[in-house]
Amino acid sequence: MSRTWLLIAAVSVISFALKAAAPMISRGWELSGRTLAVVALMPAALLTALVLTETVTTGQHIVVDARLGGLTAAAVALRLRAPMIVVVVVAAAASAAIHAIAGQLG
Amino acid sequence: MGRSGRDDGDTPDADFADSKKPDPTYADGMRKGLPVALALIPIGLTFGVLGRLDGLGTIAPVAFSALTFSASAQFAATGVVAVGGSIAAAVVSAGLLNSRFVPMGVAASSAFTGGRLRRAVQAQALADASWVLASRGDGTFDRKLLIGATVPQYVSWIAATWAGAIVGSQIGDPSRFGIDAVFPAFFLALLAGEVRDLRRFQVALVAAAITLALVPVLPPGIPLVAACAASLLAFLPPSAPRSDGSPRPAES
Repeated sequence: MSRTWLLIAAVSVISFALKAAAPMISRGWELSGRTLAVVALMPAALLTALVLTETVTTGQHIVVDARLGGLTAAAVALRLRAPMIVVVVVAAAASAAIHAIAGQLG
Repeated sequence: MGRSGRDDGDTPDADFADSKKPDPTYADGMRKGLPVALALIPIGLTFGVLGRLDGLGTIAPVAFSALTFSASAQFAATGVVAVGGSIAAAVVSAGLLNSRFVPMGVAASSAFTGGRLRRAVQAQALADASWVLASRGDGTFDRKLLIGATVPQYVSWIAATWAGAIVGSQIGDPSRFGIDAVFPAFFLALLAGEVRDLRRFQVALVAAAITLALVPVLPPGIPLVAACAASLLAFLPPSAPRSDGSPRPAES
């Protein structure tokens, strides 16, 4: 029990510190035009990395599984301009179907 | 609810941020955050269910969500402990995953106001989706959009964790419901709104290459930070009309 709370406390402190670090150190860096242009592109870079790590990796391994099917379905839903919650539900349904089929076969 | 569905879906509003619209309010941020908050529900449910399965009980997962408010860190930490890892290993992997909040905090730093403590508290509103929604597209961020967008996400994250922990063991293995694809789809929806010109598409391709190259050789989380280097493509001369309209002399 106390192990659990130690974990929760430690992870919370780390998360707080990581988010607070830069804004506490600086009152806002005077970013040059060049730097602002770099920062403007950061969301695209970070989101791409998040999509890939959440879809095709497990730990340090590249893994192709039901998640990729779910992501493909999500891409189709986005193409059809579906709202975010629909995109997410469609992805889950596709992944669930793949899990079910794999369960039948296995 | 009814009025939120029209203009805050996946269309990138940031394109129009510098036209004659009035400054965004906290309410604007909350409207933008609402679809994201809905998408967090299945993820929070999963965390609650898994927490229950891992023996965390009901209160601990809810406290975890309220105090940490970071899906990736929470899943990573409980995952490490669930397979017999030490607390230290769990904390390190959660910290590595969340290390992306350092460059994100640097980027958004000028949006925060007041003294150090006040800024530190405001920075707790940093979350992947809110950070993207608050980006004005010119390298600056809107504080009210950031904080406003995080509020509904925070509420739904805690409520969904609680609901998941309550139903917990009756559900069984949540992967049956395709929960594993929810997180990727969530980030893909955000990415689709963000990649709105050729330069950002190029950045996405380079970030993908960096991520896939580094995942096998570095601990989880570090490739996320390294992929941010793809944004250095901004130093290349513009190869297409820039949607953010920032006039930037290419040379001298």
